[in-house]
Amino acid sequence: MNLSNIKKEFPIFKNKNLVYLDSANSSQKPQSVIDRINDFYSNEFSNVGRSVHALSIAATNNYENTRISVQKYINAKSKNEIVFTKGATEAINLVANTFGQKYLKKGDEILLTELEHHSNYVPWHYLRSLKGVKIEFAEVNEDGEVSVESIAKKITSNTKIIAVTHLSNVTGAILPIKEITELAHSKGIPVLIDGCQGAPHLKLDMQDLDCDFYTISCHKMYGPTGLGILYAKKKWLEELPPYQGGGGMIKEVKKDSISYGDLPNKYEAGTMATAQVVAFDQSIKFLEKIGINNVIKHEQELMEYGQEILKKNNSVKLIGNPKEKGAVLSFTIEGIHPHDIATILDEDGVAIRAGHHCCQILHETLGVAATARASLGIYNTKEDIDRLNSSINKCKKIFNLK
Amino acid sequence: MNIKELYQEIILEHGKNPRNLKKTDNFNKDAKGHNPLCGDNVHIYLKLNEKNKIEDISFEGSGCAISMASASIMTDLVKGKEENEVKEIVDDFLGMIKINPELKSKNLKDDERTKLMCLSGVKQYPMRVKCATLSWHTLISAIDNIQEEINTERLD
Repeated sequence: MNLSNIKKEFPIFKNKNLVYLDSANSSQKPQSVIDRINDFYSNEFSNVGRSVHALSIAATNNYENTRISVQKYINAKSKNEIVFTKGATEAINLVANTFGQKYLKKGDEILLTELEHHSNYVPWHYLRSLKGVKIEFAEVNEDGEVSVESIAKKITSNTKIIAVTHLSNVTGAILPIKEITELAHSKGIPVLIDGCQGAPHLKLDMQDLDCDFYTISCHKMYGPTGLGILYAKKKWLEELPPYQGGGGMIKEVKKDSISYGDLPNKYEAGTMATAQVVAFDQSIKFLEKIGINNVIKHEQELMEYGQEILKKNNSVKLIGNPKEKGAVLSFTIEGIHPHDIATILDEDGVAIRAGHHCCQILHETLGVAATARASLGIYNTKEDIDRLNSSINKCKKIFNLK
Repeated sequence: MNIKELYQEIILEHGKNPRNLKKTDNFNKDAKGHNPLCGDNVHIYLKLNEKNKIEDISFEGSGCAISMASASIMTDLVKGKEENEVKEIVDDFLGMIKINPELKSKNLKDDERTKLMCLSGVKQYPMRVKCATLSWHTLISAIDNIQEEINTERLD
C-alpha cells in the first residue's frame, strides 16, 4: 500500500503549509467521512429505532451497520457488546459510575497508573467521596513505562478493578495490556483499557485481549467528534445497572415499574449522535483500506525517524524512552517553555500541543511543569518531521540557544 | 502578525533574566497565582510602607517567556508607586491586553507605557493572554489581601 498519497484524502491538507502533529489530541478527517455526514443529513436523515417509515428504517440499518463494522474491527464476540457514547470520557464515566454503584464499597481499591489521562482518573475519583474507595497508582519508571510488575506490586485483596491506558499520550509507552489482563483475571479482578490512543494506531482484538472494558474515542480515529465507543463483555452489560435513563433504553414503562431494553439499547438513552455513528463507518473503512499493519509500519518508521532527528538536536530532550512506543514525541527544550515553542512553531504552520496533555500526575512525577508534544497520524511524512526540526531550530535561534 | 512582534527583544531578555525574582524580606502582603493549562506559577511578595507605597516587590515562580517577562516588567514598574496608582495601572494594563488599543493611565510615564506596550503582541494570541495577565491578577490579589489562589481558569 502506497501511503504517499494518503494526505490527498484529507481536504485540510489542501493548505500546503500545514504540518499537523496533534493527532493524539484529535485526528483530521478524510473526505469520505465528511461527505458521509453531509450526505446523511442531506438525503437520508431520520432518527433511528423509533419510527416505521422508510427513512427511519434505512437510518437504523446504517446506524447498526456501523456497530457491526466496529465489532468486526475490534473482533468483539457480539455486536451487542458495542455501546455508542458521546466520547471515550463518557464511556469511562459509564463504567466507573455503574460498576461503582453496584460493586464498590468503603475500603475497596481501584488501581490506575501514573500515566493515565485525566479522563481515566477523574471519573473514578468521584467514587472516593461517594463510596469511600481508595485509588492506587501503579508507578511509571524512568523510561515512561508501566510494567506488569509495577501493576502487580499495587494489587491487594481489596483491588476491585484495574483501569489502564493502552498507549500513553505523553511518553508513547504501549502497555502490556494482555499480560496485565491475565494477571488481573488470575486474581478475579476485571480490567478496563483506555484505548483512546491505542485504537487509532494499534491492532485491536478484544477476544484475544480478553479485557472486560475497552474505550475508544472516534474523533482520534479519523472519525467525527461527539462519538465514543464502549466495548464491554456481555456479562458486564447484563449485570451492571443502566447509566442514563430516557427514551430508547427501556422495554416497558409503568407508573410503578420500569424494565430496561435489550443490549446494547439499555446503555443508549435518548437520541444518539446518529450522523456521527453513520459516518464513523467510513473511518473504519478508511483504516481497513490501508490495513492496520501498514498503519503501524508507517507510524513506527516515522516515529523512529523523528526520535533520531530530535535526539541529534542539541538541547532537545525527549520525554520517556519506552521499548514499546507509539507515534508520540514529547519533548522539552532547555531554556524555552513548551508554550513558547508551540507558539513559534505555529508561525511556521507546524501544529503541536504544549502543556500537560491532561496528565498532570504524570508531569508531576516526571518533574516537568509542561512538555511539547508532536503526535503522528497516518497522513504524516518525513518532510513533516524535517519541518518540525527546522522550526525547532528557528525557535532556538529566537531564544539565542545553540 | 510576525512572531517577532510577540517575542520582542525586551520580552526575551526579561524572560531570560527576570528582575525581582526572589522573596522580599519582611514582606507584608503576598498572593499566589496559577495557570493550570500551562503549569505557570507565580507568587508575589509586597512590602508596603505606612503610606501604602510599594517599597519592595518581588516574585517567585516559573513559566513561559511571556509570563516571566510580564511579571518581571510589572514588578520593576510598580516599585515605588502607591497602592491606588498601582491598581489603576493594573486595570489599564488588563484593559489594553483584552480590548483597548492603548494605555490611558496618567500614572504611567512615557517610557513605562512603551515598555508595557511590548506585551501587547499577545493580543493576537488568545491562548497566550493568560500568560501575560497572570502576575497582574495576582498582584491585585496581594494588594487586596485575597487569600484564595488566583486561577486563570476562573477569571473572565
